[in-house]
Amino acid sequence: MTTLATGYDVKAVRADFPILGTRVRGKPLVYLDNAATTQKPRAVLDSLTRYYETLNSNIHRGVHWLSELATKEYELARSKAARFLNAADAREIVFTRGTTESINLVAQTYGRRHVGAGDEVLITAMEHHSNIVPWQMLCDEKGAKLKVAAMSDAGELLAGEFEKQLSPRTKIAAVTHLSNALGTINPVKRLCALARAKGVPVLVDGAQAAPRMRLDVRDLGCEWYAFSGHKIYGPTGIGVLWGRLATLEAMPPYQGGGEMILSVTFEKTTYNKTPHKFEAGTPDIAGAIGLGAALDYLTALGIDAAAAHEHDLLEYATRAVSAVPGVRLIGTAKEKAGALSFVMEGVHPHDIGTILDQEGVAIRTGHHCAQPVMDRFGLPATARASFAIYNTREEIDTLVAALHRVKEVFA
Amino acid sequence: MDELEDLYQEVILDHYKRPRNFGVLESPDRLVEGNNPLCGDRLHVSVKMKGDTIEDVRFKGAGCAISVASASIMTDAVKGRPRAQFDDMFEKFHAMVTGTGAAVDGKLAAFAGVSEFPVRVKCASLAWHTLKAALEGKSETISTE
Repeated sequence: MTTLATGYDVKAVRADFPILGTRVRGKPLVYLDNAATTQKPRAVLDSLTRYYETLNSNIHRGVHWLSELATKEYELARSKAARFLNAADAREIVFTRGTTESINLVAQTYGRRHVGAGDEVLITAMEHHSNIVPWQMLCDEKGAKLKVAAMSDAGELLAGEFEKQLSPRTKIAAVTHLSNALGTINPVKRLCALARAKGVPVLVDGAQAAPRMRLDVRDLGCEWYAFSGHKIYGPTGIGVLWGRLATLEAMPPYQGGGEMILSVTFEKTTYNKTPHKFEAGTPDIAGAIGLGAALDYLTALGIDAAAAHEHDLLEYATRAVSAVPGVRLIGTAKEKAGALSFVMEGVHPHDIGTILDQEGVAIRTGHHCAQPVMDRFGLPATARASFAIYNTREEIDTLVAALHRVKEVFA
Repeated sequence: MDELEDLYQEVILDHYKRPRNFGVLESPDRLVEGNNPLCGDRLHVSVKMKGDTIEDVRFKGAGCAISVASASIMTDAVKGRPRAQFDDMFEKFHAMVTGTGAAVDGKLAAFAGVSEFPVRVKCASLAWHTLKAALEGKSETISTE
């Protein structure tokens, strides 16, 4: 196993992830579909078991011992998420089912209140469907217009394009921090400053960035930041919406139900305080605790060390994969992280995926829930390898050998 | 590697690289689109009927080797066949690729290996479902995802 000069011990990291010992048709699993979901370290799996074995009870309403303990752990997870994002206050963390729900929450609360007929919502050409469709639904409902900031052939936002598209009618902007289909890192801090100068709040989709970059939401200058637990080594079904406290407090509630209320009569309901007013019903308590464990794990490993390791893998893979004859990279931005999308002349990505799978190599093929990105490049689909803290250069060598096998089959 | 060679047989790769009956008929009786957006397979099937017989059939589109070869070999196999015979062929083909029936005769037998790859059944059957819809007079886009 490769150990980088930084002293990053990838072998030790791998030992923390039980699933990495899996063999696929007799070959070692090479898991390169991390932009879709990441594997879970033992610490996260143990936290889930521990919760159900020793703490399971409902939160925020029981007076009994177990409920108090579970509530404390759940709220501790909230504090961990706040620290991870360098949020000013744990009340700024809303637990959701994931990035998708976080974005829908903002569209359905802030959006429905502030976006009207003739107004505009601004997104970029490289958004995931989850940062397109909620805004499209809102615009359809309100008679508003969805504006799209265009990108270059390299997959970078065109200079001046975002600013140009910000108009006096723009009520919200929503941008991805890191593109899942192209691996492009957007200059989010600058975009937020441009938007703020025109009084436009910005939601940042951090699903891909959160596991790969040091985050400071106060420094970024956004209004909301969304990410998913399962893409950052935590469980599925849990995610985070961060919002500025004053903004969250001014937003109407999302779903109605228990937990989000202070008092209910048939005449009137008084809503609970932020963030509870956005967390109707019994939340994914175990999931939140598991996410807390994942954030602890990544923090202990060091987000900068993790990012440096992944950067090395991406550079190595970029060189190795583009050297395979007939391969063309899709997304060649200067600032990239996480994902390497490519196509191969004369071979459909789906066939690449099937042949790689026979070699134990798991990649994603298809439109990556970003059909407008595929359309922009005139492609039906791409193949995508995406990296995580436990991947190695040797695994990329296996990927490249498998790509040569694809060439053989289709020769 | 055996399963892979079963899937990507010579005849399949040949029809993928040089698809037969490729294009759109000039004045078709029916034209239906098949689209599997998740994997990025998309094709049109156009048909000319003579009474109850498939007089001519063409397809146009792009997709993976399995979907393109399936469309190509299907158009060869069904041309000149009565409608009822198409239904019978489709039923047997479907049973073969899903592993619930025996291998069929002729070039279509090349797709027997698909049954080892359940996620690829939708690729092998897209053209068939699209042609079936065309024969039934349907006009909406067909998907096997």
